[in-house]
Amino acid sequence: MSPTLLIAVLLALSSLAYWFGRNRAFAVAKKTAAMRLHSRPGYHGMLVALWCLIPALLIFCCWQFFADNLLVSHAMQSVTAVRGELSPSEMSLATNDLRNLVSGNYFNREIDPALQAAADRYTGMRQIANTALAVTVLSVAILGFIWAYSRINPGLRARNKVEKAVEISLTICSTIAVFTTIGIVFSVIFESIRFFQQVPFFDFLFGLNWSPQMAIRADQAGSSGSFGALPVLAGTFLISAIAMAIAVPFGLLSAIYLSEYSGPRFRRIAKPMLEILAGVPTVVYGFFAALVVAPAIRGFGASIGLSVASESALAAGLVMGVMIIPFVSSLSDDIINAVPQTLRDGSLALGATQSETIKNVVIPAALPGIVGSILLAVSRAIGETMIVVMAAGLAANLTLNPLQAVTTVTVQIVTLLVGDQEFDSPKTLAAFALGLLLFVVTLALNVIALYVVRKYREEYE
Amino acid sequence: MTSASSATEQVRRSLPKRYAKERRFRLLGLCAIVLTLFFLFVLLTTIFLKGWTAFQQTHVRLDIHFDPARLDVKNLNNANYAALVHDSLQQMFPEAKNRNERLQLHRLMSNGAAFALQRMVTSNPGIIGTTQSLWLPADDEVDMLLKGHTPRDVPESARRLNDRQLGWIDTLLANDRLEKQFNAAFFSNGDSREPELAGVRGAITGSFFTLLVTLALSFPIGVAAAVYLEEFAPKNTFTDIVEVNINNLAAIPSIIFGLLGLAVFLNFFGLPRSSSVVGGLVLTLMTLPTIIIASRASLKAVPPSIREAALGIGASKMQTILHHVLPLALPGMLTGTIIGMAQALGETAPLLMIGMVAFIVDVPQGLQDPATVLPVQIYLWADSPERGFIERTSAAIMILLMVLLVMNATAVYLRNRFERRW
Repeated sequence: MSPTLLIAVLLALSSLAYWFGRNRAFAVAKKTAAMRLHSRPGYHGMLVALWCLIPALLIFCCWQFFADNLLVSHAMQSVTAVRGELSPSEMSLATNDLRNLVSGNYFNREIDPALQAAADRYTGMRQIANTALAVTVLSVAILGFIWAYSRINPGLRARNKVEKAVEISLTICSTIAVFTTIGIVFSVIFESIRFFQQVPFFDFLFGLNWSPQMAIRADQAGSSGSFGALPVLAGTFLISAIAMAIAVPFGLLSAIYLSEYSGPRFRRIAKPMLEILAGVPTVVYGFFAALVVAPAIRGFGASIGLSVASESALAAGLVMGVMIIPFVSSLSDDIINAVPQTLRDGSLALGATQSETIKNVVIPAALPGIVGSILLAVSRAIGETMIVVMAAGLAANLTLNPLQAVTTVTVQIVTLLVGDQEFDSPKTLAAFALGLLLFVVTLALNVIALYVVRKYREEYE
Repeated sequence: MTSASSATEQVRRSLPKRYAKERRFRLLGLCAIVLTLFFLFVLLTTIFLKGWTAFQQTHVRLDIHFDPARLDVKNLNNANYAALVHDSLQQMFPEAKNRNERLQLHRLMSNGAAFALQRMVTSNPGIIGTTQSLWLPADDEVDMLLKGHTPRDVPESARRLNDRQLGWIDTLLANDRLEKQFNAAFFSNGDSREPELAGVRGAITGSFFTLLVTLALSFPIGVAAAVYLEEFAPKNTFTDIVEVNINNLAAIPSIIFGLLGLAVFLNFFGLPRSSSVVGGLVLTLMTLPTIIIASRASLKAVPPSIREAALGIGASKMQTILHHVLPLALPGMLTGTIIGMAQALGETAPLLMIGMVAFIVDVPQGLQDPATVLPVQIYLWADSPERGFIERTSAAIMILLMVLLVMNATAVYLRNRFERRW
């Protein structure tokens, strides 16, 4: 029985169980008219269905998770019996071959008889295992059903039990966010540790040369890849700085205009328009930057006698800045609106003009929030990927000249990980080390932003 | 008295300057908005101007003789269909004598012409022996020339089409045999290395499957998590950690989620590379924070009186929430979910990490098939050197933006239609 069919049967069984349980509860209620049911019949049905479904489903999941590896390692015994003990890498290669052979993707070489034997063994065992699984799961489901069904009586607190089960599932759902974070941290850290075993940590962090090629032969000229992340970091900060130089003034000024000056009609039109800008996918900005902005800047540079790289930091930074404008403006807009009107009234009553009120009263009052929103925008700029992948360069130049091509952390992660990967070469692992760096920096920026907002927030009333 | 009046005088004298400053500041704010919106306008019009031509494709009308000598009925799959196209072209332009000239002549037509003939013959073998007048796709260089994307008036060496080929094209045009028609192939084909054959169907199907997985996972989990955190969670360290976590996840760069998907889903769990399942899982983790935050806000907006009324007439806490609070909060949750889905649809970077950038011609049939999604397709085409891919990239962007617009408009409509002010 195939797994999908099994699940379908299981679901059908549990809905039957619901129906039986509910009817049984009705019948019980009629028989013992003296005692009323504690829970409504539907809850009894639900409880029976849960008992039918959940234990069986748990067994099914565990099986899916462990069984295949168990079967493969068992089947591999017929290979090791012929070839003797294999080293781990040979073992993983042979295991891979076995899987391909079983799924019918193996046609490049003639088939090793030992492997074929293992494959036959595996297929046979898998058939037995699937049947066994089906029998086990279905009998557990039926046992669960019988047990819960036989326990139905008017005093059973079915509702409380069902509600407890629902609450437990809600709790599990809410922990997924935590598991995601744990997953991110571990997946990045494990590979990074393997990377730092091959490349010293301080060479990575403070090295001035980034060229992540690994030699094919040991005696090759310029063979050793060098993994100094400083030029990559410098490029990231250069592009982010250009982006912020666009996004902060534009975003802040639009937020101020929208919240302090504009009438409701203008605001109703302009604010959604700005939000459209935030909704455009970054790959579209990247395309625009590479196709329109970069050649325009290059052409302009050539016309005034400057040599501009065709993948200049300026083009990527400019477009990224525009992308972040709505982010800064909507965050700052909320914060400026939260400044109490009494402060403005007080300042205006003293004779200040509106712009003086904004500059001397509103902005200082909103400053912590604005700083927080700028920090969040910086973390977005650092982590932005598609614009720089499409419009920034690949070569790691250590420069502050915005007209030259620089590369960023995200560009390097993408170039190192797209295509073939071997998980034992520092080249691939370097991507995870860069990912760790990115994660730490953005996390730190977010935490600082939250801290600034909490610590320096002016409390009114 | 004099000092007071001199102070007033001083203020009055400074007034014009201060008012000018005020006007300048106000103008600055307006400029910021106008410039930003101008950029948006330039972005959209550029995409439109570059992309709208992709919805048309140049076709050539050829009189194809389905020559029985060339088509062996027993082996229709391996017959040389390109030869039929070449025969027809040579009949029309007998002046192409030597091998080189003939090759140049053949290059006017797309490879897709042969495929189209093959489809016709295999579906209807009775056509063999007849002569049909058919519209067949032209090569992308001809297409670009006709649409005006590549210039005619440059020296021959700077052109992809030489003078002789231009002459043939003009003859075809004069005989009404060359025409731009609606580009149905763009919507029915998968990816291709030939711009004139490349279509978005594979990418759209991939996006659909990926979003299906994302929606099926992130909506129930997100709503459940929001209900727990908002209604059940006790105030303790654990819930604090969960909350801080969710807020932080919302601000983590998307590419990090790609690294997670690569390390956990592909390397640890061994799920199939490039598949919509893995893409959907990664995007689920990415959109969960958005959905949870929106759902919590919408639960918070349900007034306590509703809960108290339900509890007052004897509902249990779970009944109160499932029967009364949740239905009232649902429109807000749906709005948040649609916005999250729109983000997921536009997301590219994490999907690059899990191998959805592979060149995939076939339209995916299921969740486990290798697939690509619309934004990644845009990225791939944007990287292709052929001139013809620029308009296709822009056209794909137009489709993507249209879908996003519809999704966001639905979200806004839902919000306005169902949101209740208490």
